[in-house]
Amino acid sequence: MDFIQDWGLTAMVFAPLAGVALMMLFPKDADETHKLVAMGASLVSAAFGIAVFADFDFDNTGTLQFVKSTGWIDVINARYDIGIDGLSVPLIALTLLITPLVIIYSWNHFPEPHNPKAFLALILVLHTGMLGTFVAQDLILFFVFFEVVLLPMYFMIGVWGGPERQYASIKFFLYTLFGSALMILSFLALFFLTGGETFNMVELANQVQSMDIARGTQILVFGGMFMGFGIKVPMFPFHTWLPDAHTQAPTQGSVILAAVLLKLGTYGFIRVALPILPEGAEAWAPWIGLLAVIGIIYGALGCLAQTDMKRLIAFSSVAHMGYVMLGIATLTDFGLNAAVFGMVAHGLITGMLFFVAGSLKERYHTLEIKRLGGLLLSAPRMGWILGLCTMASLGLPGLAGFWGEFPAILAAYQPKEGLPVELFRGYMVVAAIGTVLAAGYLLWLYQRTAFGTVSEEFEDDENITDVQMPEWIAWTPLLILILVLGVYPNLIFKITDGSIVNVAQSIAAATGN
Amino acid sequence: MFALLAQVTEFIRPDIDYHAFAPEFVLVGTLVVVLLVDLIKPDGNNPLLSSLAGLGLLGSILPVITLATDGADRDMFGGAYVVDNFSLVLKALFLLSAYVVVLMSTNYIAEGDYAEGEYYFLLLCSVLGMIVMASARDLITIFVALELLSIPAYMLAGWRKRDLMGNEAGVKYYLMGVFASAILLYGMSLLFGIAGDTRLVAIGAAITGAAGNAPMVTLAIVFTVIGFAFKVSAVPFHTWAPDTYEGAPTPITAFLAVSSKAAGFVALLLVVFIAFPGRTDVVEPLMWVLAAATMTIGNMIALRQTNIIRMLAYSGVAQAGFMLAPLAVGSDLSARAVVTYLVIYAAMNLGAFACVIGIARKTRSAEIDSFGGLFEYAPGLTVILSLFLFSLAGIPPLGGWLAKFVVFRTLADANTASGYVLGAIVAVNSVIALYYYANVARQMWMNPPPDEDRTPIVVPFAIQAAIGMTIVATFAFGVSDLATRLGDEATFLLAGLPG
Repeated sequence: MDFIQDWGLTAMVFAPLAGVALMMLFPKDADETHKLVAMGASLVSAAFGIAVFADFDFDNTGTLQFVKSTGWIDVINARYDIGIDGLSVPLIALTLLITPLVIIYSWNHFPEPHNPKAFLALILVLHTGMLGTFVAQDLILFFVFFEVVLLPMYFMIGVWGGPERQYASIKFFLYTLFGSALMILSFLALFFLTGGETFNMVELANQVQSMDIARGTQILVFGGMFMGFGIKVPMFPFHTWLPDAHTQAPTQGSVILAAVLLKLGTYGFIRVALPILPEGAEAWAPWIGLLAVIGIIYGALGCLAQTDMKRLIAFSSVAHMGYVMLGIATLTDFGLNAAVFGMVAHGLITGMLFFVAGSLKERYHTLEIKRLGGLLLSAPRMGWILGLCTMASLGLPGLAGFWGEFPAILAAYQPKEGLPVELFRGYMVVAAIGTVLAAGYLLWLYQRTAFGTVSEEFEDDENITDVQMPEWIAWTPLLILILVLGVYPNLIFKITDGSIVNVAQSIAAATGN
Repeated sequence: MFALLAQVTEFIRPDIDYHAFAPEFVLVGTLVVVLLVDLIKPDGNNPLLSSLAGLGLLGSILPVITLATDGADRDMFGGAYVVDNFSLVLKALFLLSAYVVVLMSTNYIAEGDYAEGEYYFLLLCSVLGMIVMASARDLITIFVALELLSIPAYMLAGWRKRDLMGNEAGVKYYLMGVFASAILLYGMSLLFGIAGDTRLVAIGAAITGAAGNAPMVTLAIVFTVIGFAFKVSAVPFHTWAPDTYEGAPTPITAFLAVSSKAAGFVALLLVVFIAFPGRTDVVEPLMWVLAAATMTIGNMIALRQTNIIRMLAYSGVAQAGFMLAPLAVGSDLSARAVVTYLVIYAAMNLGAFACVIGIARKTRSAEIDSFGGLFEYAPGLTVILSLFLFSLAGIPPLGGWLAKFVVFRTLADANTASGYVLGAIVAVNSVIALYYYANVARQMWMNPPPDEDRTPIVVPFAIQAAIGMTIVATFAFGVSDLATRLGDEATFLLAGLPG
């Protein structure tokens, strides 16, 4: 197993790129070949992932495992440092699961203008970028992978998207690039403040502690990172790219965006910003909490105002990521665990919702809520699946969504010592109101689309069929996971707890409380 | 008369290190051969010429490599001409860039009914000027090198002589260039008057001393820097660039945008770090203003361009601003950052021009509108041109990000308020720049072809080779430490600093 120990993660990250290289050898019209190669590459990547997980020491999730450190761009002290711990494992697993499912779903559902070769190549490049972000332990390496996902997503929205795709794609690109430009400046400032020796996250965290970097400086540097990660999450008020991008993206793009891409931001907070700059984090936490609850309420109100189903789901993402950010803002192990669970749950549920929305769009050619209706009559299985997902999304106990939302709200009752308790309890109340609103808009959505009778225009439409085979294959794993995680959330909490406790303890130690 | 003759007999021939001069000699030999071959078959086109020029350029790289492996620094003529790692890196850059330009020119010039022999002759002359510039360490050598690289370029810019735009390009470039030379010469004469010596090291020593604070010195520094600012198309001395770029033959545009600009930066580095190190109080604010203005104004105007050549011209202006930024905080990282940037910029910008030449063979236009739907009928070219454009925008893992990164690093390392402010300006400008680069990508990927003509593009082998070389380099620079290592060779400059 030495190979897996040393190179397993690297192979997992770069297997999709090898697939892209292979696809370049075949002509554009060899559709079937491209599908098989892309599927194969994503499965090879997943196989390496499983091999790594099989070797992973689950009793010791707090320590970095599979660490590989070699020189890379020595002149700027950037190293190829990778490794995983309990924080990255669930997210890597989520990524490894989502991409093959998206490829299966694509099998007969390529959006216009078709071209499977380019479409699948972009998905594979995205896959590498996402996996790389979750394994990188060096800030520069992290930055490179973090940025690699931009180009494929830009083209995916811009080429295969809806009518407003050009506007949506460039908006997405400009927003995120602006954030990352400030983020890289923060990384550099951090590098020089700590003596200009390393970009390794763990070493940087130690150096910031030992050198006792001034609180004011930490607050400034944290601000740069906040822009980079916060835009990606996206937090209110930087969220405006998200509804456009989600609505215009093809189904596959929306699913990947919701399931994994948004998590790069929240993951960045927990992996990079909090452990390295604990005092900065403490100063920013009340503000992050404030923006998080504004996001929750604003997202919910936004949802109530939407007439388009996909746009509604996009706004619900803003609200759900608000819960994740609220969990992070508490800076306690309880809140951070809830945040990681919330990330995975949101990935599964919202990914699933976008899948269903995409399939509806394909059948009805519209997602205008008032024209839909009677889904339970015309396509009952699809209707029940949509029902399950909306229930999961509104946080029904017993389904995955509950364990992301509820503990995050609970965590706000008792934030880390030193944070203003009353304020966070206020946030808790607001967030709790948000769940009521969430139940409102999701049930209302379900009622309008699934209940009632089929509207006249779609009464005898032969297009409207029930769930097809590729959809079953793509959706079943997600549905099972939503149920399983809902019943047995420890599956994730057990893995994340080790590393989350480390993060929370280091923050507590550094801020002297 | 006798007195003069008497002096001649006293003349002692300086030692000439033939190994050190080998790149220049090979190049001179090549350009003579090119001219002779053209004489044998004066009218009509001779496919041999471009091959000869290309082989000559590659041949000149061989001695550069042997000199680099030899490793010893050589200086001649009392320190006026130096061959060290810095100059070797830049000579290799000039020669390789010129080779790519020759590849890009092969079909363009052969098919365009232009005089081929003279074209390659002048191109090689200009390259000769550049590789002399890399070794020049005194004012006269720098000036001779500058004119040697500029005068052929004036003629090449107007090479499309039956085209009004071509004439405008040549004349505008010539007038502006001569004007800049005059300013530069004035600055140089002041420097000579102050220092009593033309060697940069001596000037550096003189102006750090008692004479250093005379207002005359400030004037001399400003004039010299402005002279080179024309060459690197820094705002407000950039106005020639867009018209010249648009009117010149596209391979020459690439040559001006990459090689000629790089030569200007080499000269700037030489004077800033060897002649003016004692007067950072003048140089740094000057560079700060030039850099901020150049990147911001270049970007703003690039946003409005509808022609890709003009867009690339203004984006080149903005990129020059990014390259000037490290000079605003003189540290041991600045020169490395500029050289690293130049190396990466050469690969990605030449690549972008090569793709445009390939595409324009079909669209017959450089209007960005005409690039619509390219993804449908020329997916390969589209993907590669997009990669070059996003590399210019600085998106990892393509080379451009590392170029921007070293600039950020230099500015952050200075740890001064002005450094951080300039860093923020660079950051904002990088985002603005993305918009116009992405706009071209948007046309190619997301819009239908304007005339529904979807016949595939046939790209000649020479251009394929140029694109292949540059895209490999762009990727390699982005994911390895190649470019930064080359940039690090520039540190020698600081070894010679007084104090």
